[in-house]
Amino acid sequence: MINSRIQIALISGLLIALGVGLTLYKAVSLNLPLLPGEYREVWTVESKTSFIPTDGPVNVGLRLPASLGGWTILDEHFVSSGFGFSIIEEPVNVSTARWTRQSLDHATTLYYKMQIYRASVGRQLPTLEVEVPIKPLLELDQQAAMDRVVQRIRQQSSDRESFTLLLLQELLRESQDQDIQFLLSSYGNDSLTLILHSLASADIPAHELRGIELEDGRRRQTLSSLLEVNSGDKWIIADPKTARLGLPDNFFIWQRGDGAILNLSGGRNSSLEFALVSNSLPAKAVLGMEQRAEEFALLDFSIYTLPVEQQGIFKGLLLIPVAALVVVVMRLLVGVKTSGTFMPILIALAFIQTTLLVGLIIFLTLIGSGLWIRSYLSRLNLLLVARVATVIIVVILLMAALAVTSYKLGLDQILTVTFFPTVIVAWTIERMSILWEEEGGHEVLVQGSGSLLVAVLAYLAMSNSLVAHLTFNFPELMLSLLGVILLLGKYTGYRLSELYRFRDMASK
Amino acid sequence: MSLLVSPLKLRELGILGMNSRNIGFIGRYNQRKNYSLADNKLKTKSAAIARSIPVPELIGTVDYQFQIQTLSHMLHDRDAFVIKPSQGSGGKGILVIVGRQGELFIKSSGGLIDDRDVRRHSSNILAGLYSLGGRNDSAMIEALIDFDPILKDYSYEGVPDIRVIVFRGVPVMAMMRCATHSSDGKANLHQGAVGVGIDMGSGQSVCAVQHNRIVSQHPDTQIRFDQLIIPHWQQLLELASSCAGMAGLDYLGVDIVLDRLRGPMLLELNARPGLAIQVANQSGLEHRLLLAAEIADDCQDAEQKIRLARQHFSSLPKQP
Repeated sequence: MINSRIQIALISGLLIALGVGLTLYKAVSLNLPLLPGEYREVWTVESKTSFIPTDGPVNVGLRLPASLGGWTILDEHFVSSGFGFSIIEEPVNVSTARWTRQSLDHATTLYYKMQIYRASVGRQLPTLEVEVPIKPLLELDQQAAMDRVVQRIRQQSSDRESFTLLLLQELLRESQDQDIQFLLSSYGNDSLTLILHSLASADIPAHELRGIELEDGRRRQTLSSLLEVNSGDKWIIADPKTARLGLPDNFFIWQRGDGAILNLSGGRNSSLEFALVSNSLPAKAVLGMEQRAEEFALLDFSIYTLPVEQQGIFKGLLLIPVAALVVVVMRLLVGVKTSGTFMPILIALAFIQTTLLVGLIIFLTLIGSGLWIRSYLSRLNLLLVARVATVIIVVILLMAALAVTSYKLGLDQILTVTFFPTVIVAWTIERMSILWEEEGGHEVLVQGSGSLLVAVLAYLAMSNSLVAHLTFNFPELMLSLLGVILLLGKYTGYRLSELYRFRDMASK
Repeated sequence: MSLLVSPLKLRELGILGMNSRNIGFIGRYNQRKNYSLADNKLKTKSAAIARSIPVPELIGTVDYQFQIQTLSHMLHDRDAFVIKPSQGSGGKGILVIVGRQGELFIKSSGGLIDDRDVRRHSSNILAGLYSLGGRNDSAMIEALIDFDPILKDYSYEGVPDIRVIVFRGVPVMAMMRCATHSSDGKANLHQGAVGVGIDMGSGQSVCAVQHNRIVSQHPDTQIRFDQLIIPHWQQLLELASSCAGMAGLDYLGVDIVLDRLRGPMLLELNARPGLAIQVANQSGLEHRLLLAAEIADDCQDAEQKIRLARQHFSSLPKQP
């Protein structure tokens, strides 16, 4: 039997070498840069088409987006198990993905995943042929109201652009004009169709612009719509929800103009949803991917191969080993006392959501007022489990109170209070309170500030862009980290705090 | 004096660090399955009684919440007693009652509490408030030790106890822990009790520290520590050494109290004794532990181990 010391040395040496070796291999032969450098925000968009099949053959057509508005599609990936799959190129830069199957007996979800990034800031869309708008066919009373609205707005506006803006504002206003109220209700509150019809009635060519609002971490995003209006010499984009002009930064255009995005025959209850994750990727890597989208499979050692939802989770999960290392170093090498071994990691994870300063304020407020209430509970002579449960409820009430007051005061940041792990906070309060009764306020301060110090350091490590870059792009470095932690587990030297504790001994 | 001491200097002095203690001694020599005897004071007590090692008298135990109602009946003829969690650690949850005043109990600190407070304390013990890892626990009620009057002035509002580190049956280092007002009558160095290093050879005091700083007299009673000699020293070391075999732990802290009539009695065992004893003795454990390993290898019987330990680990010049 080999000595456990040598075993550990061998295993950790092997792990560290393996981690570093794999990282170097990826860096050298796959050209993934080790340093973050200039970043590009790359979005991974995964569309999920779900439906319940009916009898007979199934045919699903999904209109694919073209690269518009400065967005570039890096990589596309289709999942079509058991389906015949083809991409049909149509004229004018439009293509459709088609899944077909003779028969199907269970509800199915088809995936289409792509990676996109904004290559240029230019948001100009290519010009489109102007078609003469076709006036809508309306009921008599609708027609009369529509005429009055168009008439009135036309008088107030100078050109097509200001007409559109006025119309949108009119619809967003809280106290609407009677005609508009009537029209809206007769359109079943479908304001987009109403807008399109009003513009057509005013002889302004316009169409819908459908796409996705990019929001990191969303799992069930649905399509949203903008409006594209011809102002005579050019096309302008307006957002009917805000009455603002121009293409919003976070809007990825899927389809320009009318027509269905999803065509399904042989199924019912179809839905189209999107999961979104944004990664900051080094510009060099993005360029590389773009150039060799075909060889991209080589990079598929990485987390990128996972479904987008899991990628988002792993982005956070991969940071935890770094925080664990911070805790190990602080406790074994420095000798900081913390309340609860890994509680600082959970606090640090909450800090990532809240940002540091706000997080500290919230945490101290919660613990402080929790301790105060807990000191009353200790006089009530409750059984331990009931008392901790009480503290949990008190903490939730405090969180709610904090959120509501801050929201009323306009301090939106405090709303992130919900990211604090309730049960952990409650246990921390309980432990601190016992510590207070048992060992006095001094010990509470020592352990409390120790925990906070470690949490802040762990937060700083996790929010560092280099660390985030390395953990996500080179997850094999985790092996090296494991090796280092194993080695630290065999460290028998003094802790920094002991050099202080035993300082008097040397003077003798 | 500098704020930090160099690690080389500490190594030279043979100071044992926390990491080294955990890996090199506790992890290496103490088998986890044997912890439960040391961690549970009730088990310690019954094992000690079986080996006729003297322990403080057990008045009774409370294992279930409903038994708390019968507590006052159990205690009706007792004026002085101690309620403690059987699996507590670091002296947590120990309630010392030194007398009665009408319906009320007098705590060792002089504070008064009533029946309800005693019941609440017991209920907290059962719920695991003071136990390692918050496990459910039972409360044990012991007779208050009538401690040796020689030691009376060395401790304020609390019982002084003597901690002996025993390594493979060889007593290695000892200290007396004296409660102070700031430690709230608890003999816990953490909370401000005074630790008095005891010479292994003679039982005389070597040095005294409070909050890691050297002191010469007790902060409350003003008694000087340099006159202190622990009575029944040989008997005390024999008791400590015999506990090692009983507990099955090679690296062990034995806490002993001196009773006025019955002499040294085992209070509790500690499978993870702290490092403050080094400060109280102003001496490192590491060299002594290495030497103790040699002694343990060389001799089998406890008497010889103790004789060699008293001879080798004496830091004072031999008395004429």
